[in-house]
Amino acid sequence: MSEGTLILYSIYVLVLAIFVGFEVISKVPVQLHTPLMSGTNAIHGIVMLGGMLVLAEADGPLLTWLGFAAVVLGAMNLFGGFVVTDRMLEMFKTRKPTGKSS
Amino acid sequence: MTPRTFSDVVYLSSAVLFVVGLKFLSQPRRARRGNQLAALGMLFAIVASFIFIWGGAGLDPAALGPERLHQLAFNRVLIIVGILAGALAGTLGARVVAMTEMPQMVAVLNACGGGAAALISTVEFANFMAEKAAGKPVDPLGFGATLFGGVIGSLSFWGSLVAFGKLSGFLERAITSTFQRILNLVLFLALIAVIVWIGRGGGTPAFYALLGVSLGFSILMVLPIGGADMPVVISLLNSFTGLAVAATGFSLREPALIISGTLVGASGTLLTLLMCKAMNRSITNVLFAGVGAGMAAAGAAPVGGAAKMHREISADDLALLLANVQSVIIIPGYGMAVAQAQHVTRELADLLGAQGVDVKYAVHPVAGRMPGHMNVLLAEANVPYEQLYDLDQINPEFERCDVALVIGANDVVNPAARSDESSPIYGMPILDADKAQHVIVVKRSLNPGFAGIDNEIYYNPKTYMFFGDAKDALQKLVEATKAAA
Repeated sequence: MSEGTLILYSIYVLVLAIFVGFEVISKVPVQLHTPLMSGTNAIHGIVMLGGMLVLAEADGPLLTWLGFAAVVLGAMNLFGGFVVTDRMLEMFKTRKPTGKSS
Repeated sequence: MTPRTFSDVVYLSSAVLFVVGLKFLSQPRRARRGNQLAALGMLFAIVASFIFIWGGAGLDPAALGPERLHQLAFNRVLIIVGILAGALAGTLGARVVAMTEMPQMVAVLNACGGGAAALISTVEFANFMAEKAAGKPVDPLGFGATLFGGVIGSLSFWGSLVAFGKLSGFLERAITSTFQRILNLVLFLALIAVIVWIGRGGGTPAFYALLGVSLGFSILMVLPIGGADMPVVISLLNSFTGLAVAATGFSLREPALIISGTLVGASGTLLTLLMCKAMNRSITNVLFAGVGAGMAAAGAAPVGGAAKMHREISADDLALLLANVQSVIIIPGYGMAVAQAQHVTRELADLLGAQGVDVKYAVHPVAGRMPGHMNVLLAEANVPYEQLYDLDQINPEFERCDVALVIGANDVVNPAARSDESSPIYGMPILDADKAQHVIVVKRSLNPGFAGIDNEIYYNPKTYMFFGDAKDALQKLVEATKAAA
């Protein structure tokens, strides 16, 4: 595949992902705004993979440690994000079994 | 199958899981599974990256010297150490943080993501410079994306930290409007100058200057915005981080990052707009009205402030009052969250319920510091879901209700939003607490809320102020109610 085609395909992906991103969450009840924000926050934790890639090939101490810092920050975003979202959503679940007192 | 092809196939399944996960996250019954599906997709992607990197990362080992090979092996160890350290810190933080501090937590995690994107862009910029020095042609799209990722990543990083500071109360609004306009202009000119500098061959120093300008912008953007609007700001910065991640995807030629980053960028932008809509405001109003609103509030506050009368009530009197009513609507707000009073609130509601009082909770869409904040807290306290009511459902009921019990909420019950066109919150949908027979406001003082404006409802003849920290005050009320029963 030529360089130009590859770039064009990347742009295809970008444009289609924009539409999917808009379409997929068209209606959100207000009580899910915070968990949804937190969930999307966890998904951009995929930046950790970018950190892994640059660190894997990094040359010289400065770039290596910058890449290392990127991996650490990315991992915090990724793992912290999913755990925190799960904690929020777990609370929504517990309300079901509790019966009304009156 | 080469490691590259294999990882690309796995990334595709990850992307599908992210989309389905997001879809589920926007539906109450499937939200938790949605998050788990997205996490599963992430696990796949991580495994695929390991296979790709350990499979040689597209480098030819035969062409590399022993020193470089040694360094690559060391870097792989660092990858594992870095992931373990970050995962441990992130998971621990997410486990121990109190539910009331969720907005701050999301801000910090978002800062991590933005910071990571900025760091990756810094490394990539250095790589581009090295390629250029070696006489190789530079891919303009990847280069531009690297600059974009650096600027937006750094903006998210610093902006989220400022938002965190404002939510935690370290930082107060402090910039005057003229000063800010001049600074904005200076920074904008500086940004253009730095881009020209990079375009004319400015190396690493120019890139650091770019990050510096971005730092300035983020502070100027977030600092003047009122604390009540921080959720919107965090949501916006969250979508910025998504875009920064997509940009790093372009500079690294990694479709997984492009797809996920763009998904977050687009859905995050939409979510930001939805949040603004819940407050009946436009995004430009949230981002740029901060200074104006502050001035309007300063002008409005002194008018007749001292002449207004409010009435106080003691815990015992309040318990007596509540013992003789049929219906109570509880309106929780940030004050309840800060005081961690959700459990004692529920205790009070249960006591009243046992006495035959009809108890409902009115949850304003933007009560607290994040949309849905109150739902999360009340769910934590095991408040039955069927007692929670939305704005539209509950507003017609206030007229028939005996007592509106406002616990640490302020702006969301301010009648000025309905009547006073000069008010910064004019037009925001509010809970019509003032239409109830009696209004009880549990609050620490008469100080205005985060919007910085006075609240008519405190001086309403129907209103009793019950001063105190929400938790202590309600604890006293619970005891008084038990004693009276």
